[in-house]
Amino acid sequence: MKIGAPKEIFEGESRVAMTPDSALQLQKLGHECFVEAGAGHAAGFEDSAYTKAGVTVVPTVEELFKAVDFVVKVRPPEMEELGRLSKGQTLISFFYPAQNKELLEAAEKTGANVIAMDMVPRISRAQKMDALSSMANIAGYRAVIEAGNNFGRFFTGQVTAAGKVPPAKVLIVGAGVAGLAAIGTSTALGAITYAFDVRPEVAEQIESMGAEFVYLDFEEQTQDGAATGGYAAPSSPEFREAQLKKFRELAPDMDIVVTTALIPGRDAPILWTKDMVELMKRGSVVVDLAAERGGNCELTVKDEKVVSENGVTIVGYTDFPSRMASQASQLYSTNIRHMMTDLTPGKDGVVNHNMEDDVIRGATVAYEGAITFPPPPPKIAAIAAQKPKEKAKELTPAEIKARDHAAFKKQTRDQILMLGIGGALLLGVGLVAPASFMSHFVVFVLSCFVGFQVIWNVSHSLHTPLMAVTNAISSIIILGALMQIGSGNFLVIVLAALSVFMAGINIFGGFMVTRRMLAMFQKS
Amino acid sequence: MEFGFTTAAYVVAAVLFILSLGGLSGQESAKRAVWYGIVGMALAVAATLVGPGQGLWIISLLMIIGGGIIGWIVAKKVQMTEMPQLVAAMHSLVGLAAVFVGYNTHITLGQVWDIIAEHHATGIMPAAYEELSGFAKIVAHKSAAEVAILKVETFLGVFIGAVTFTGSVIAFGKLAGKITSQAVKLPGGHLLNALAAAGSLALLVIYVNGAGAWALIAMTLLAFFIGYHLIMGIGGADMPVVVSMLNSYSGWAAAAIGFSLGNDLLIVTGALVGSSGAILSYIMCKAMNRSFVSVILGGFGGTSGPAMEVEGEQIAIDATGVADALNEADSIVIVPGYGMAVAQAQIAVSELTSMLRGRGKNVRFAIHPVAGRLPGHMNVLLAEAKVPYDIVLEMDEINDDFPETDVVIVIGSNDIVNPAAQDDPNSPIAGMPVLEVWKAKQVFVSKRGQGTGYSGIENPLFYKENTRMFYGDAKKSLEELLHLIRV
Repeated sequence: MKIGAPKEIFEGESRVAMTPDSALQLQKLGHECFVEAGAGHAAGFEDSAYTKAGVTVVPTVEELFKAVDFVVKVRPPEMEELGRLSKGQTLISFFYPAQNKELLEAAEKTGANVIAMDMVPRISRAQKMDALSSMANIAGYRAVIEAGNNFGRFFTGQVTAAGKVPPAKVLIVGAGVAGLAAIGTSTALGAITYAFDVRPEVAEQIESMGAEFVYLDFEEQTQDGAATGGYAAPSSPEFREAQLKKFRELAPDMDIVVTTALIPGRDAPILWTKDMVELMKRGSVVVDLAAERGGNCELTVKDEKVVSENGVTIVGYTDFPSRMASQASQLYSTNIRHMMTDLTPGKDGVVNHNMEDDVIRGATVAYEGAITFPPPPPKIAAIAAQKPKEKAKELTPAEIKARDHAAFKKQTRDQILMLGIGGALLLGVGLVAPASFMSHFVVFVLSCFVGFQVIWNVSHSLHTPLMAVTNAISSIIILGALMQIGSGNFLVIVLAALSVFMAGINIFGGFMVTRRMLAMFQKS
Repeated sequence: MEFGFTTAAYVVAAVLFILSLGGLSGQESAKRAVWYGIVGMALAVAATLVGPGQGLWIISLLMIIGGGIIGWIVAKKVQMTEMPQLVAAMHSLVGLAAVFVGYNTHITLGQVWDIIAEHHATGIMPAAYEELSGFAKIVAHKSAAEVAILKVETFLGVFIGAVTFTGSVIAFGKLAGKITSQAVKLPGGHLLNALAAAGSLALLVIYVNGAGAWALIAMTLLAFFIGYHLIMGIGGADMPVVVSMLNSYSGWAAAAIGFSLGNDLLIVTGALVGSSGAILSYIMCKAMNRSFVSVILGGFGGTSGPAMEVEGEQIAIDATGVADALNEADSIVIVPGYGMAVAQAQIAVSELTSMLRGRGKNVRFAIHPVAGRLPGHMNVLLAEAKVPYDIVLEMDEINDDFPETDVVIVIGSNDIVNPAAQDDPNSPIAGMPVLEVWKAKQVFVSKRGQGTGYSGIENPLFYKENTRMFYGDAKKSLEELLHLIRV
């Protein structure tokens, strides 16, 4: 199949859906690659690099659309781009079908197939093509960098000859993919990072990234991310109140706030109100990653950077991934490549648009002239249901003492019981057995006892040598055979000689192999 | 006592044996300890040869030398992966020797009884009585009660020896791959074993009450059957328990023979070996969270409900992906299992280790107590491949470190890294202590195909989000990896 990437026509969009690297991988799947001249320029991929990677550079967009079977794009198509599509072609790009009804209907009319990268279901198999996550990751990183750009101080605390610098305090609201990326970036830069999320189960992830989870003590906090495909769901008014109260407490201390709270299919919730901004120190920065959907901050202006009356900078850019076009293109084109891998199961350049496959079905919003959105629920549950996190009960010192005492008492009791039974058995044997037997029996019991004491100390790593050496010494049975060999009876001599022979093999074999093994154990 | 010197030598030998076992508590002291064992054994044999065993000492010496040469050659040639087989084979020799020595005791006993019967009949002590030497002389002095005990001891020695013999032969066959490692049982199952054991008990009563050699031989046959059938019914991965159990039996057999011969050194040594094997079996069972009886009776314990369903899919990865992850990782843990031994991949593992360590990465090994087919088998294999022993850690030592580990490579193990043991109370291996590899940031599983392990239990680890399956023969996969990391 022929795959082509046109130049993005959305203003300010620098990304491109195919890079020279991804083209090489696509060619391995048996596809031919095309690109519109200058498509990768803004992302740092020149036409010459594409040519080198075996991609055909097509001078105009019309020719490109005519030449290829698959059109890969980043932004949702404009109407004029849809007009160029024809039946039998497939478009892969972001589409947001729920928000772009008209666009979807226009796409249906063209008869082309449309695969929306934003509709890839959230199951583990599809993670490699989850473009929303890879873009959110970049947005999270960039948000912190952007904040640093507008923040007049260091992130990390320093003690210099010129005085002490306190570390910056960063609050990340919403610990989705973007939030976690922001946490990672912020902690890596050395800031003291706090993070908040309405889903308590992400606390562990937040802490693993090195941030402190802002804990909200609220009864109703039983939301389960699993029910909403891992995304947050709207919260109750009481919960919201508690949340805002917490933020108000935090606001005066925070130097940088990054908000990433989004609820699927709704406007972004207002979480950072005007009065919170007013509480913040002069020079602080708020970066609102939800600006495209109205913003989490009350003062956010979409696509712009504004400064509040008290000198707090509020960044409302919506094109963070595009601001890192090279990185974003690389990740996005890899997502596309993975999608193509799933579409070409034979790796022979033959596309099988398998509508039975959960991932392909879920992402396809228009197929052979019909709208196929919304998709049926996937066969596999998106994410395993979250189990309530059980907290190990902290024991008080008194309880620990009591427990230890009980354990000690139990141990003593067990030991006395064992000794009692053992002693009674021994005495019982002594009552009936003759004295000559008893003297050997005492030796036997003592040896068992010594054996148990000694063997427990043997290092686990030396268990094989232990077996070999016990093997060798259990050939002590040779003594019995040696004593019998002189008894004169022919049969006895033969049997005894055989026993000596076998024990001989064992003695030499056992000790030799033990030595060989032990010599191999070397310290580094 | 005319052999006072011999007795003294035996005491020294016993002390040396105890020191020899005690010395195995550390790798360095073990190198010395093995010499204690060698000297002890040499002393015991020499003292016996000049003392009570001086009759026909030339034959004895020839036999020892002959056996010694064979033993020497075998020990030189054996591959470390073949250690389990070798150990099993050596157990069988001890078992058979115990059977023979027991028979000899019976024959000697018969001789002595003939002489004494003649004495009772004629009233004159026959000339033969004076000619009795060594062991026979001791027997002649025994009272009736002591003879009865002697018979019981001999009988026990032969019984345990016979079970050890066939059991070890079967274990050898299974470990060497000459017999199917599947659990095979005759119709009737353990009832047959129980019947054979009951039959042996009945024969014991008959034998003590004066029956002749036939009772002993019949019992030997029954014991052979028990040994055969018992071990045939145990599957491959339970072999560590079986081998340690047989190790223990060979010790008890020696002790029982020691009783019948009235030889304290045999008793001491037998008891040491017996308890050593018993402890090893106990440790192995504990590591599988199964009772000794359930292992011996074969099969896994019943489940109390349906197993948890495993969600997700196994995601494959190629060598390039693994190499990239390894290049980026700082701390790496390798979990080897029996599959590594089967694929003979330990050398490649060692090379990979030294290469990664050369780049300043923290590479360690995590060994589960039942990894492999012999207690401590993995340690020996890694030591042979020149992996330093101080980076080879036990389960308890390393389990807490997994959350801070970047990459875990699981090579040829399955059940010992199965999270179902902790998460799924209905799993047949629920409660078994396992290596918590899934807590690491990334897990690569080197495995031949998609099948389940020995226990046939689905492993949810393979479906986890941070797990990637690195399919293929372990040795080939690792060598491929070596090339990629070298450049």
